Amino acid sequence: MRTVQVSRRVDPHLPIDRYDPEAELMLLHFGPQHPSTHGVFRMDLTLDGEIIVKAVPHVGFLHRAVEKLCESLAYVQITPIVDKNDYVAPMTNEQALNMVFEKALNLEVPRRARWMRTLFAELQRIASHLLWLGTFALDLGGALGGGSTVFIHCFRERELILDLFEEVSGARFHYNTHTIGGNRHDLPAGWSAKVHAAMDIIDRRIGEYERMTLENRIFLARTRGVGVLDAELALELGVTGPILRACGVDHDLRRDAPFHAYDEVAVKVVTGTGGDCLARAQVRLGEVRESVRLVREMVDNVPAGPINSGKPIKVPVQTKIPPGQVYVAIETPRGELGSYLISDGSHLPYRLKLRPPSLHALSALPYILPGATVSDAVAILGSLDPIMGEVDR
Amino acid sequence: MSSFVHGGLYGAVIVTVLMTVTAFSLWFERKLAARMQTRLGPTMVGPSGLLQPIADVLKLLQKEDIIPAKADSALFNLAPPVAVVCAIAVAAAVPFSPTVVAADLDVGVVYVLALGALTVLPVFTAGWASNNKLALLGGMRAVAQSISYGVPLLLAAMVPVILAGSLRIGTIVRVQSEHHWFVVWPFFLGLPAAVIFLLAMLAESNRIPFDIPEAESELVAGVTTEYTGMKFALFYMAEYVHTLVASAVAAALFLGGWDGGPLGPGLHWMVAKTLLLFAAVYWIRWSLLRFRSDQLMRLCWRTLVPASVVLVGATGAWVVFVG
Repeated sequence: MRTVQVSRRVDPHLPIDRYDPEAELMLLHFGPQHPSTHGVFRMDLTLDGEIIVKAVPHVGFLHRAVEKLCESLAYVQITPIVDKNDYVAPMTNEQALNMVFEKALNLEVPRRARWMRTLFAELQRIASHLLWLGTFALDLGGALGGGSTVFIHCFRERELILDLFEEVSGARFHYNTHTIGGNRHDLPAGWSAKVHAAMDIIDRRIGEYERMTLENRIFLARTRGVGVLDAELALELGVTGPILRACGVDHDLRRDAPFHAYDEVAVKVVTGTGGDCLARAQVRLGEVRESVRLVREMVDNVPAGPINSGKPIKVPVQTKIPPGQVYVAIETPRGELGSYLISDGSHLPYRLKLRPPSLHALSALPYILPGATVSDAVAILGSLDPIMGEVDR
Repeated sequence: MSSFVHGGLYGAVIVTVLMTVTAFSLWFERKLAARMQTRLGPTMVGPSGLLQPIADVLKLLQKEDIIPAKADSALFNLAPPVAVVCAIAVAAAVPFSPTVVAADLDVGVVYVLALGALTVLPVFTAGWASNNKLALLGGMRAVAQSISYGVPLLLAAMVPVILAGSLRIGTIVRVQSEHHWFVVWPFFLGLPAAVIFLLAMLAESNRIPFDIPEAESELVAGVTTEYTGMKFALFYMAEYVHTLVASAVAAALFLGGWDGGPLGPGLHWMVAKTLLLFAAVYWIRWSLLRFRSDQLMRLCWRTLVPASVVLVGATGAWVVFVG
């Protein structure tokens, strides 16, 4: 990964009168009750006709004080809370959280549990990217048109993965299957055959989606050259994940700082060129293919053994973490999800800070929106794949 | 006098049938869309959900009628009925069979295109009178789109007019039934003209991929953002009636109208062709994404307009030198 000098950039939050005093500008409140703001996100768009001259994003409409809540919960009680942060990829939330506790406790996670976590993370990546493709098409094509056709077909395949997770954990969204030192639920008998069947279907249909989107002239016209984010700015803003890789930066924590069992498998990092909406779509669809390959490779080779280190946790709620500070970051479908724990030695965290990738992705909006049209704004926002649950926490 | 009675009678019949067909075309579209999306569509109200449109209308009738405090209430209330009337009035000049026609005007094609183009007026009025920024943006887009696409629509409609040598739609259909449908011969003129006519028609009736005036992922609901209950339903209805009638016009101008070839003429042919085009419009709607407004304008002025100008010139040359 290359290092970047922090440069002084033009402040995107200029007062309105600094743009063009002659133009008749219109202020449009875009959201929070807008069908394309992916939940409750709001932008103040200043428009010259349909061209955006200034964009000011506002977050916080979904703030639930999760980090503060965690300070009054025992360590094992926090996992189901963070499930609701990135509600499109709860598995990776749980993993990031429990990894920081394990690191603070200096706990060794059994190999079988690490392989299972890797498997879950890759399956979750497929599900998350499928949902992204569906909602992105919805943004481009409307709820009463071709967009919803892509959306519902993507959901059909996402269901296959939710079914697999349900079989393991009993839940479809909020799994609560990870715990300090390993996993709660072992893989059920015959699970790998079902995974293979699901992967066969997804592998076949992902080609259909590529033809439906990446080879569709309208899709290309709406995404090519739209919302271009250059690599330097992306790195400066802390943008990670597929958005950063679409800018051509070859950065993926799965390969660069392996966690789980990623040091035992070879991850091929997908990068794009151009940093526009099209590149983001290509990177995400490429990652789905790569994840399908990884899952197929791993699912038959999960090593035998215990799924939980078991040891120091006799009474889970009484687990105490020695005083100190720990930071752990993993690669989720949206980018680098960090957990930062400060412990004072008690059975409650003193401070738990989460670093969500979506918040950093949204911070690019004031830079890339000016010059685009209102229609582009929807496409650009969709291409960043923001999950407001983890942005606001 | 008798032609007046005849026209009034058939007009009443056509309006009644048209409204019924429009209501059930909603059911048809929802079923078609559901099949394309691995869903079932309406199933609960009546057999196969056939009574769903009636339930929808009953629901909309019960909705509160809200007029925004700062809206121009006179224009706001006027826009929806005008939209429906403009759309239905087009049907008057469309011959559904040699006898089933309200008024086969001498200048039928001009009348149809003029009233079709008028549908943008209530849409813009609604956008302006709502006093809502999203509605205004939608209204602006609607005007730009409708004026632009009126040009290729008109030029494409000129091709059958020149070939038949008449502006009367009934005569255009008769010429086709005596010779060939215009999409069959001369197909190099009729087929591209029919395609351009259909595309421009989609744009005029705000259908995906041309539905940017009410792009719900961008402008919430565009011009209809502030409308509730039956007023919203009237806009919705106007859109469907417009699509239906425009399909009928396209069927008459290019597909030989009521002519059934060797199987003889009849009303059923016209109905079948209209519904076929109608279904094609829905098929396009539920498969494609949406253009951006500037890309839409580019498609119109750089592709459709030059192509239709060339077509009209070629048709003139064909009529003078060959046919």
